[in-house]
Amino acid sequence: MTGYIIRRFIQAFLILLGVSFITFVLLYLVPADPARQIAGRSATAQTVANIREQLGLNLPFYEQYWRYLINLLQGDFGRSYLQKTQVGELIASRLPASLLLMAAAIVTELVFGLAIGIIAAVRRNSILDRTLMVISFIGVSTPQFVVGILMLYLFAVKLAWFPIGGYGTFQHLILPSLTLGVLGAGWYSRMMRSSLIDVLNQDYVRTASAKGMPRLRVIFRHALPNALLPVIAMIGIDIGFFMSGIVVVESVFGWPGIGQLAWQAIQRIDIPIIMGVTLVSACAIVLGNLLADLIAPFVDPRIKLK
Amino acid sequence: MSLLLQIIARPSAAFGLFIVMLAIIFAVFAPWLTPFPPELQMFDGLTIEGAPLPPGDVYWLGTDLLGRDLFSRLVYGAQTSLIIGIVANGVAVSLGALVGVTAGFLRGWVGTILMRFTDLMMAFPALLLAIVLAALFKPSLWIVALVIAMVNWVQVARVIYIQTVSISERDFIMAERSIGVSARRILFRHILPHLFPTLVVWATLGIATTVLLEATLSYLGIGVQPPTPSWGNIINENQTYFTSAPWLVFIPGGAIVLLALGFNLVGDALRDILDPTLKGRS
Repeated sequence: MTGYIIRRFIQAFLILLGVSFITFVLLYLVPADPARQIAGRSATAQTVANIREQLGLNLPFYEQYWRYLINLLQGDFGRSYLQKTQVGELIASRLPASLLLMAAAIVTELVFGLAIGIIAAVRRNSILDRTLMVISFIGVSTPQFVVGILMLYLFAVKLAWFPIGGYGTFQHLILPSLTLGVLGAGWYSRMMRSSLIDVLNQDYVRTASAKGMPRLRVIFRHALPNALLPVIAMIGIDIGFFMSGIVVVESVFGWPGIGQLAWQAIQRIDIPIIMGVTLVSACAIVLGNLLADLIAPFVDPRIKLK
Repeated sequence: MSLLLQIIARPSAAFGLFIVMLAIIFAVFAPWLTPFPPELQMFDGLTIEGAPLPPGDVYWLGTDLLGRDLFSRLVYGAQTSLIIGIVANGVAVSLGALVGVTAGFLRGWVGTILMRFTDLMMAFPALLLAIVLAALFKPSLWIVALVIAMVNWVQVARVIYIQTVSISERDFIMAERSIGVSARRILFRHILPHLFPTLVVWATLGIATTVLLEATLSYLGIGVQPPTPSWGNIINENQTYFTSAPWLVFIPGGAIVLLALGFNLVGDALRDILDPTLKGRS
């Protein structure tokens, strides 16, 4: 087990190294001149050249990457080209908002996803089941920006139950977290349904029913705990979807997290910020996957880590 | 043919197929089905105050912020969605299958390198990668398709790799190897046919994912560029009007949902029909 974890951490480190390299190459190829951007339009050629020298942008590619990497290993993400702030600080100040949003979205998708999945499985093949499954399919077929705009239109503009955007109170959190959670709720409800149906078909469940145990008790005490585990174990993998989702959701709702930070940086080609957010997201995804794999043997003792 | 009948026999899948067919008809016959050219700004297309017209007799679904006919733009938008959906997903599935089969069949260091590379790609937040790629190249229809393919092949490669490995370890493959059947024959005659159902399912379900990603990129303004209509960029262009002219946002939004739903429903039915291990589950 310890050996496995150590190996996985080494693997994770190599993956992050690869991500940093690919991102660096891609951003190196972007047809924009950061030095000119920082200096502004009216700057002289000399100023631009000075800035280029200062940032090391005149160095060959591999030296630039090496410098970035060495700084990164010391926890230095570099400075934003346009905001003139440390990227590490920018990300640290925005991360809590994104984490809050993601935590709320996990609650959303579990509450809706599991409830829908359980009801559908228990009432398998009924009209209710079919309706719920169609709804969950609509959930996974709707782009997040459409969900977001629809929520804003209905609940913020028409009904005025919630603020139209922004950050700060519990009220602000509801619509963005619902928007981020809808897609996941769709997937979870389908997984929950098929997992619970699997378990309900097992012999021990039939035995419990045959003993005369009330149906609800059979479902909630005997079937559900077993059916729930494989579904819950998927949360780690969700991180990847969230890391994509927050870019859209945060920009629709004006939520001051790292998704919005990334989107603004991309529009202004602020390379250090794009690098930083990509790496932090990749880190979260790799950790999420690792977590999912580590939980797996507890969920199903037949799985052995090797 | 029997596959088609099996799909039609399921009400939800039949509905999905209907939507997909409708979108294809719209896309193919767009010039004949639309009352106005999609890029034409109509002289009487805006109110005197310069606001878009609501749905009515002349402009069935109303006009957009530049006074263009929304219905015509929507129909041409189906072209964009389907072209990108089919091309991008086709490239993604082919590339994923190539990488997955190669890695799973050859294993060894080739397999290791290929799969470590897919692990690496899995660690990228998909949308962020697509955005960076789209910002890097000047987004045209084909570039957007390519960007989406570059992001989406990874999942296919993983699934196909796992399947190829598991099939290669089955007894019948072992038996063939032991009687000296050539690797090529094993691959083409015995392994690939087993992968076919998975590829068909991905080729369908993947289009739904692709349609959603294209819409998102275009909504963010880095996908298909106006004046070429795409459902995502129609929403992007008109979203400032979403309180006063909500149809400009919600009709294209509905179109995106319907098309993705259509491919999802058909793909889901195909998975049930083609994967015998799932029989009797639901």
